[in-house]
Amino acid sequence: MEANEFVVRMEKITKIYPNGIAANRDVDFTIRKGEIHALIGENGAGKSTLMKILFGLEQPTDGTIYLNDERVTLSSPLEAISKGIGMVHQHFMLVSSLTVAENIVLGMAPKKGGLFIDYKEAVRLTREYSERYNLFVEPDARVADIAVGMKQKVEILKALVRGAQVLILDEPTAVLTTQETVELFQELKNLKEQGFTIVFISHKLKEIKELTDRITIMRAGRSVGVYDTDSISEQEISRLMVGRDVVLKMDKPESVPGERVLCVEDLHYINEWDKKMLDGISFSVRQGEIVGIAGVEGNGQRELVDILFGLKMPDSGDATIDGQSLIGLPQARIRTLGVSYVPEDRMTFGVAQTANIQENMVSDRYSQKRFNKGPLFNMKSLYDESDKLIMDYAVLCKSRAQEVGMLSGGNIQKVVVAREFSSDPILIIADQPTRGIDVGATELIRNKLVELSRAGAAVLLVSADLNEVMELSDNLIVMYNGQIAGYFDDGQWDDLMMGEYMLGLKRQSDEEIRRACHA
Amino acid sequence: MFGQFFQTIFQADFLFIIIRITAPILFAALAAVISEKAGVANIGLEGMMMITALFGFLFAYWTQSWVVGVLGAMLVGILLGLMMGFFSFKLKTDIILSGIAVNMLGTGGTIFLLYMFTGLRGNTGALVSPNILIPTIDIPLINKIPVLGEILSGHAILTYLAFIFVFILRIFLYRTPLGLKIRAVGENPNAASSVGVSVTRMKYIAIAMSGALAGLGGAFMSMYYSQGWNQGMVAGRGFIALAAQAMGRGEPVGAMFSSLLFGLAQAMKTKVSGLRGMASYNYLIEMIPYVVTIIGLVFYAMSIKRKARRHQLKPIKEKLS
Repeated sequence: MEANEFVVRMEKITKIYPNGIAANRDVDFTIRKGEIHALIGENGAGKSTLMKILFGLEQPTDGTIYLNDERVTLSSPLEAISKGIGMVHQHFMLVSSLTVAENIVLGMAPKKGGLFIDYKEAVRLTREYSERYNLFVEPDARVADIAVGMKQKVEILKALVRGAQVLILDEPTAVLTTQETVELFQELKNLKEQGFTIVFISHKLKEIKELTDRITIMRAGRSVGVYDTDSISEQEISRLMVGRDVVLKMDKPESVPGERVLCVEDLHYINEWDKKMLDGISFSVRQGEIVGIAGVEGNGQRELVDILFGLKMPDSGDATIDGQSLIGLPQARIRTLGVSYVPEDRMTFGVAQTANIQENMVSDRYSQKRFNKGPLFNMKSLYDESDKLIMDYAVLCKSRAQEVGMLSGGNIQKVVVAREFSSDPILIIADQPTRGIDVGATELIRNKLVELSRAGAAVLLVSADLNEVMELSDNLIVMYNGQIAGYFDDGQWDDLMMGEYMLGLKRQSDEEIRRACHA
Repeated sequence: MFGQFFQTIFQADFLFIIIRITAPILFAALAAVISEKAGVANIGLEGMMMITALFGFLFAYWTQSWVVGVLGAMLVGILLGLMMGFFSFKLKTDIILSGIAVNMLGTGGTIFLLYMFTGLRGNTGALVSPNILIPTIDIPLINKIPVLGEILSGHAILTYLAFIFVFILRIFLYRTPLGLKIRAVGENPNAASSVGVSVTRMKYIAIAMSGALAGLGGAFMSMYYSQGWNQGMVAGRGFIALAAQAMGRGEPVGAMFSSLLFGLAQAMKTKVSGLRGMASYNYLIEMIPYVVTIIGLVFYAMSIKRKARRHQLKPIKEKLS
């Protein structure tokens, strides 16, 4: 076949944001008609940006786009839609109070009498597409009442009804249950048979191997290769994605666990949709050790951390710090017990974005005597403290007076970590401490965690980054479905074995799991 | 005294007054409903009513036609709405601030404009003539029914229009493509724009319609209710309307019932203050509509909370015990 087998051809796409960050550099990306094409890369590798450019949400700084060999500029999603490109966003773009049919025809509603919505026609249209493409939805149901899997189908139908030939799916399986994922794959294969072209963004290797025909791997804003999915192994994909063959081993001194600091006993938590999120979790963390919690996101880690830091109330069970229960205590009290907390969502819970670095760094300690002089702050000691922390944690900034929101992600996290790690904590709860930040900041944070634990702090590390927990942890807990599926204290673990526990294929005996609670 | 009170209340005349008093609140409440549906908090209703009341009257006076006056008031309302939109959607001021600006324009600016256009200070009493007042109509057949006829017939044309608009607005919001788009924009702008609906345009349309409805309310006030424009005429109706919108859950029919409740409170105030021996309680009586507004809002907030509790989080303390 000649050149026109490509429905989409993006050449030398470069995208540099006004703040100087280059999200894409000279990326070539082509999609063949009728294939399922995987776009894979770590967080921040530039795959979302590339797809936003293709969908008209972002304008490339440089480069050209061809659709069916015709050069185009896509200045808005509307234009992309009219040229046959549809996108299913990770966060659904649906209006909850409207029905499925209303969402599908929004902006192009069929009319009757020239004035009114022909709702019957909208329902008919929904049914027609739903049946033709085997995407079962309930046209009359309100979107607020339907399950996530169906919402996704509504999104796909929205694109199809608007004449999409190329469908971009941004991490579609992230929100789905296993069963829903199986269904989705069936539907996507079905769409492919009917001649549609699909771009599948993901970082789940297994799914990519199962579903896709070709694969483009991105790393650090560049494309590092295009392969036929069959011709490349998962190991190779992962090597290209991460850019290193093996997980870099951290040189960390032997851990010498001391007294129990945190003790969690039989925690149960049922969420507001009556789903059992924690189902009898018990473990302890001792001085001088890092206990990692691995698991696929959504298996109760979020709820566990929230309970430990007083953001949620468990339905039953207890958690104690040095023997004192922290259930029901306000955060300020929990902090005075010596608990530090690096939250997953740093922009909401970690920093006040419009406050400056200095203010953020002392926000947990400004009431201490040494920072006050009568009714006023002792500015000098506040400044000294923050300057010291900026130095210690190598925060890249113009000055301590710079607004935190203006910093890069890595430096914002350094501000959070500098504050949390410098309050002499006896327990550090670090929730995804290095997610989405640069390598330098990641290294620094990991080293500090090890350093603090060796100095006697107890560290509870929750991370979806398997490499991270495997590297850093002295002991490792795997959570699955609100329970502990396995406890490992021998340092002998690898990702294959972790995977089996994380996905619920394996579970230790109750006896073995009970070891997570040290006497 | 109470006997006298109930005697006044249980009369057809009283229900007639409620309807009459409700009409301007209802116009403004519907104005609040439409803009809120698009996610635009139109806090400038009070000022919009003041200004449109003045211009409605002036247009009517200049042309000696109440129809032109009403249309003029609507036009000015639309322009005010677009102006608020321009400041907020284009120049990115907070919509609350542009609303406050319109309100201040309403209190201060109108007196100035009145003086500029007519040389009059404070009110237009001198210019009133029957031509420029909105006429009342007797509804055939209904006006023959005893009691009911007395209540329903003989209102101003705009009074009927206010209640008709409740249903027009409902149909507009729920049965037309434009209404669908406006609701989508108010609830999830990202979803709307992802399918090519222009969020800004929908917001402009909604606030312009809001202005037009506020204009009808304003015209009703100066060209019928107070028979001429005067400074303190709108007397918080724009704010009461916001309360009516909230209490009515943002729906046209709900807003109508809340407006009727506030109308009832106003009518009661009027009646009670007319009773013998009440003169010394004048200021107390003046409070009735506002107290009812506050009580109404409290009940509204409570019901919302109860609803939220049923769906949402089990509050921390409750779970503990």
